[in-house]
Amino acid sequence: MDLNFTPEELAFRDEVRAFLRESLPLDISDAVRRGGELGADILSRFHALLNGRGWLGYVWPRDHGGTGWNAIQRHIFEEEMAAADCPRILPFGVNMLGPVLIKFGSEAQKSHYLPRILDGTDWWCQGYSEPGAGSDLASLRTRAVRDGDDWVLNGQKTWTTLGQYANRIFVLARTRADGKPQEGISFFLVDLDNPGIEMRPIRLLEGGHEVNEVFFTDARIPADALVGEENQGWTIAKYLLTHERTNIAGVGRSYRALAQLKDLARQTMRDGRPLIDDPLFAARLAEVEIDLEAMNILNLRMLDQAQKRGQPGAETSMLKIKGSVIRQEISDLARRVLGPAAAPFPGSAPDNLALLPEDAVNNAADYFNMRKMSIYGGSNEIQRNILTKAVLRL
Amino acid sequence: MDFELSEDRRMLRESLSRWLADRYPPDHRLKVAYDAPFHDPALWSELADLGVLLAMATEDAGGFGGSGFDISVIFEALGAALCPEPVLGALLVSRLLAAAGQDQSGLLDGSVRWALAVGEPDAPWSLDRIATQARGGRLTGRKALVYGGNDADRFLVVARDGDRLSVHEIAASDAEVVGFGTIDGGGAADVILSDTPARLVLDDAGKAIQSALDAGRLALCAEAVGVMDASFAALLDYLRQRKQFGRAIGEFQALQHRAADLAVEIEQARSITLLAASRLDGEGAARMVSMAKNLIGRVGRQVAEECTQMTGGIGVTWDYHPAHLTKRLVMIDHQLGDTDWHLQQVMAGIRA
Repeated sequence: MDLNFTPEELAFRDEVRAFLRESLPLDISDAVRRGGELGADILSRFHALLNGRGWLGYVWPRDHGGTGWNAIQRHIFEEEMAAADCPRILPFGVNMLGPVLIKFGSEAQKSHYLPRILDGTDWWCQGYSEPGAGSDLASLRTRAVRDGDDWVLNGQKTWTTLGQYANRIFVLARTRADGKPQEGISFFLVDLDNPGIEMRPIRLLEGGHEVNEVFFTDARIPADALVGEENQGWTIAKYLLTHERTNIAGVGRSYRALAQLKDLARQTMRDGRPLIDDPLFAARLAEVEIDLEAMNILNLRMLDQAQKRGQPGAETSMLKIKGSVIRQEISDLARRVLGPAAAPFPGSAPDNLALLPEDAVNNAADYFNMRKMSIYGGSNEIQRNILTKAVLRL
Repeated sequence: MDFELSEDRRMLRESLSRWLADRYPPDHRLKVAYDAPFHDPALWSELADLGVLLAMATEDAGGFGGSGFDISVIFEALGAALCPEPVLGALLVSRLLAAAGQDQSGLLDGSVRWALAVGEPDAPWSLDRIATQARGGRLTGRKALVYGGNDADRFLVVARDGDRLSVHEIAASDAEVVGFGTIDGGGAADVILSDTPARLVLDDAGKAIQSALDAGRLALCAEAVGVMDASFAALLDYLRQRKQFGRAIGEFQALQHRAADLAVEIEQARSITLLAASRLDGEGAARMVSMAKNLIGRVGRQVAEECTQMTGGIGVTWDYHPAHLTKRLVMIDHQLGDTDWHLQQVMAGIRA
């Protein structure tokens, strides 16, 4: 039993840390610390920075242009990125489609698409959920019908994150109407410049534009847009979702947010004393810190298991539940620290009317934005269903 | 990073668990835990013969273990079997005798039963409020809820001499020992001292006492994890077997999701206990142990109350062994600092 990283892992951590310290542009880390939306420019420049170092394909094997890192190295890399106020790596190409193509793609698809993910030529978005198919994804109704050498797509996708910046979308569509719903789904690669595709913004509760809906109306896509076999899409979709769950706990992001929260609570005076000296506030802060320390070890235990088994087990659903709840609790405290200063709606008042520290101006908006964490990627209720079946065996 | 137990500790766990299953099944436990002396003296000797006490002490102190993980392995097994033997007192005393560099062979071979008298009615857990006075080799004061004190041969007593805390040895026969059974099984005593003759064991002992209590708190956390595992396993059995409305109640989502939440929280509790075990005797041990004991308190209550609720009427009956598990889970919070007390220790660290 040893909860410490090995000397090799520590050396790797130091290498990542040094690179980020020397190379991450200040305007990027400032924007991440500030919270709120990050534009395409910042996200693309960050990808380019990592790609220049050879680290963007951090979950890919070496012979496809990846790093070949193991689960512990990936974890360390993610934790260091969080600690250094890096943006998230966009998961849609790197974490989701990349592993899918490596496992299920044709040679032509691999050699064409994988390099374009890394060099930024393609920005992928995700066409999974539909208005009538959220948690029950297999009930999706977007249809792909074979017509000569083409497929013809009709239907609607939704919750397409950052689709406004994307040039491509991977789509789950129904290719067979009879039989079990899961057995009639296929996985397609679609160029968003095709006629018959329209992307419309969905405005979120806090006012931001992060997600979109995508409409397909007789959109023709070529036969080679199919990944794997026809009607094999559900297998591919599930494989992709296990990769979506990489770093699901978000331990590093929560540690960073907690540190920012403590700083802010020390600076914030309330009724003649720093808010951090308010016993009720400090108690909630202490509880969430304790929960986070426990989850950090839980996360490492699961990584260790994943490393030994080759893939993560259903227990990662625990990390999804706990990780989202902890992050949301921190965002709740970060909003409450502001008191009345949380209230102004951005754009309706002079910038930073309340003279908050720069890092805190988006705390209220972030609180509302963070509600998504227990909903996306399989809601926490779906995670409980998974645990019930796969772990508790009820 | 390695989350596997070493070969030695795995063997320790297996031999102890086997012995507990064989010698301390629920019906025997029920027979001894609630009647004086509230444990089984013959089994205490067997437990010592098994080497369990030796495994809690370092080689320097005459044992063959003594690390955080040795302690957690032992107490997790004891917890799963709901063993009422007074092992905690032996651990606390062993740490203090080791700090004083004194012989503890009688403790480790089980021939002398020891207990630590530290908490007081008005200061159950905070060392800076201890009022028992040490003067001229004699002790005066009152110690409350001394675990295992009802059947101890000797005590270590924490007392104050001005600003300094010191540790003293007394014979049980020299003090007024008011023994009783506890609501969750096992025995304890209040120890009343009035000019009681004592031998000074450790002077200026604040740090050593803190360190011993850290080990004891870790032990309680690990014990709680063992109890939680046993409680949860019993709950899952019940959810699979109990039928209402023509099907197993475990098929109802209202119960499934609550059971899933317990699974998550129990893994959180196990995780922080591992962390506390790895940090015992290191920098910041007291704060980490307080974090663990706070989370254990919160999760322990949740597991206990949910297991009781979901097992319905049977869960509140004396003859249902898992009901005693839930009782122990709740009462662990009353030992060596409760949820709120430990949260305050963690809060003090955040403000600093």
